Amino acid sequence: MDDALIEKLGILADAAKYDASCASSGAKPRRGGKEGLGSTTGAGICHAYTPDGRCVSLLKILLTNHCLFDCMYCINRRSSNVRRARFTVEEVVELTLGFYKRNCIEGLFLSSGIIRSPDHTMEQMMLVARTLRRDHGFAGYIHLKTIPEASPWLIEQAGLWADRLSINLELPSDHSLKAFAPEKNGGTIKAVMGQVNERIVEAKEERRRFSPAGQSTQLIVGADDATDRSVLETSGTLYQRYGLRRVYYSAFSPIPEASSVLPVKPPPLQRESRLYQADWLLRYYGFTVEEIASGGEGGMLDLGIDPKLAWALKNRERFPVDVNRADREMLLRVPGLGARAVDKILSARRHTRLRMEDLGRLSSGLRRARPFLIAADYHPAGGLTDRLDLRQRLVTPSSQLSLF
Amino acid sequence: MHTITLREGADLDGFRQAVRRLAAARTAPDEVLWSVGAPSLFGDDAPPSEDGARVFLPQAVGRLIETVVCHSDPERYALLYRLVWRVLNGERALLDQHADPLVHLLERLDKAVRRDIHKMHAFLRFRALPGPDGEERYVAWFEPDHHIVEAVAPFFVERFESMAWTILTPKGSLHWDRRRLMSGPPAERPDAPAHDRLVDDRFAEGWQRYYESTFNPARVNPTAMRAEMPRKYWANMPETAAIPAMVRSAPARVQAMLEAEAAVPRRRMPEKAVAAMARQAPDSLADLNRLIQRSEPLVPGATQAVLGEGPEGAAIAIVGEQPGDQEDREGRPFVGPAGQLLTAALEEAGIDRGGLYLTNAVKHFKFTQRGKRRIHQSPTAGEVKHYRWWLMTELGFVRPRLVVALGATAALAMTGRPVAVLRERGPMAFDGWNGFVTVHPSYLLRLPGEEERRRAQAAFVADLRRAAALA
Repeated sequence: MDDALIEKLGILADAAKYDASCASSGAKPRRGGKEGLGSTTGAGICHAYTPDGRCVSLLKILLTNHCLFDCMYCINRRSSNVRRARFTVEEVVELTLGFYKRNCIEGLFLSSGIIRSPDHTMEQMMLVARTLRRDHGFAGYIHLKTIPEASPWLIEQAGLWADRLSINLELPSDHSLKAFAPEKNGGTIKAVMGQVNERIVEAKEERRRFSPAGQSTQLIVGADDATDRSVLETSGTLYQRYGLRRVYYSAFSPIPEASSVLPVKPPPLQRESRLYQADWLLRYYGFTVEEIASGGEGGMLDLGIDPKLAWALKNRERFPVDVNRADREMLLRVPGLGARAVDKILSARRHTRLRMEDLGRLSSGLRRARPFLIAADYHPAGGLTDRLDLRQRLVTPSSQLSLF
Repeated sequence: MHTITLREGADLDGFRQAVRRLAAARTAPDEVLWSVGAPSLFGDDAPPSEDGARVFLPQAVGRLIETVVCHSDPERYALLYRLVWRVLNGERALLDQHADPLVHLLERLDKAVRRDIHKMHAFLRFRALPGPDGEERYVAWFEPDHHIVEAVAPFFVERFESMAWTILTPKGSLHWDRRRLMSGPPAERPDAPAHDRLVDDRFAEGWQRYYESTFNPARVNPTAMRAEMPRKYWANMPETAAIPAMVRSAPARVQAMLEAEAAVPRRRMPEKAVAAMARQAPDSLADLNRLIQRSEPLVPGATQAVLGEGPEGAAIAIVGEQPGDQEDREGRPFVGPAGQLLTAALEEAGIDRGGLYLTNAVKHFKFTQRGKRRIHQSPTAGEVKHYRWWLMTELGFVRPRLVVALGATAALAMTGRPVAVLRERGPMAFDGWNGFVTVHPSYLLRLPGEEERRRAQAAFVADLRRAAALA
């Protein structure tokens, strides 16, 4: 690796860091064997963490940060003054293999600015994946960011080699897209999501490989005036209609060379974090968008407390819940009890009547769960859930939350 | 009181032996002293009887034991034996009782070992060394908390099977030569090769540059980083050297961004390039064909893509299913047995084959190999859809007055829905085209009786005549 390549790597990694996804999970187990290189394990591994608390799992770079699009929130928009660079297909392949052999990464997450045409760009990205797989027997994880404006045949070619495809929506509403990303079109993006979803479902039925780890997308939060409710409504639709695996929320972050349309401001990290919590409730805890939104005010989530607690405080009549009797659905709605704790409770209570001491061993969130629970030796007297200061008692002094 | 001495590290076999003997003699946990390494003061008087019979434990207990013996806590064997004792004495489902203090404690040990294994998978870094025959050899130094060296071996063998590598740790070492795995004694840090012996072609430098560049100073949060990547691992990871400076400079970098004026573009607006970008679809049939030839078959195996043939502007386009064995070899549509039958039928109907445009719904031959024969397989609905964009774009260039779909696959490609060909044969509106559906000539080849075939063939010729009259 010579100076020039290291320099390019610096520029094109910097340009790619605003994409929230770094997941390397969900692929079917696979190994390169004697001739190839690498394996995928299904769960994915974070190989390092940077001081922003985010993990390094994949080599996340752009093929190029030259771009003909002019999306206001993006550092790589054509009107930005950042330094530009461009990798060749061979260079990306060399970097991926070199870092992979040193156990620095799980694979590659390749995105790109749009050069010449969406088709040309998409084809170059597809070629990187194809070269890795076919010429080097690479069995590590490959995530390609598709260019929605590219022809369907190219996106389908990409799906033959990638573990995951993602198509960034970036802004939750068509009118924001129109205002901030003139070359993008919400309809096109969703059409591609639909197409990719259809191919994934078919390939599964026909036992072929096509983006086996599914598709994901990213929404930028805090660049436009969208409310949390509308962001979550968009996510809910994406999960239901297009079978997305993940929606990532990326707090709009100050960038060097910012556009005058979007003045720089500190990133709304707390808001991003609440959206991730809400997203989790949507996918794993049986909440609806409507329920989650009802915990906040004016379409915005409560920044002070997590959305599950916010919902519980507004639905106090449904508590306390008897841990020795309640069904799974209701236990999952108790603030402080995670899905794993709930499973442990369900399995443990077949053998014994659970007391508070037992619960302390089953869950690490008992302090918050306490007012909402009944256990064998514990009945919150006088309806603790009616106390007006309950919220204050449960709120921990606010601090920067972990982003994952 | 019995004393059992097990070897240093994760002595799963020793523990298993001891459990068999203790269980056979019905020795209660309180009567056993477990010691590791040097024989204890009381001497090793373990065997109360000769080898005990196998002990049957629930699978989950076996799995838990396998992990927990790797823990460095000297109490681990005593705790595990307590668990085994209780399971054997009536509490078969003990592991489901997560609130039980012993189970809870063992689960914590189990989790600590698993985490250690996971972190070793994640944070171990190989460096490249010059090998004897010019091939690179990869070496790593790592310091696990627990006795997990053997437990991590399968992961590294599977992932880096084609590389020769060595992993050195204070708790043992592993050597892989692309065929065999060998365990070695514990190592010390100086055993790992010094920098000047590395031929790392500056990958470490490149990696550090990557690590620094991927950090966003506007989101600095070292607490979250340390929760996942505690300081004790940093010494083994070259990139972490940059962390203090990254954290220190973050606030100033953010401040500079916040204070900066909005940027005014310095470059000229690339108007021409932006306008040109929109025109990206292939602008000729030849262009499209080049795309098709460059593309990978959805189902691997085909020798080459088989393109459509015939004049652009032909009045009739005939769409078949997919190339067969012969078409795949020659790279031309309708040259196999079915193609010859089609040619004969066209002749009989008085249609000039040279004036038609002939193509297939799917451009690649899909088959299963049986001995030397390649047996045709019908494309699935998904595969047909996958090729649809090409077919539609192709027809867009040819602009026929009528599209004749031969058989169910072609009809599916043209309509997007399953079509019962024998019942629905005849004119049909296709997606944007005047269409006509009839059987595929290969159907005629498969009919068993002479008489039946003659009748079907006559009907096929009649269909072709009708189609020609419509065009």
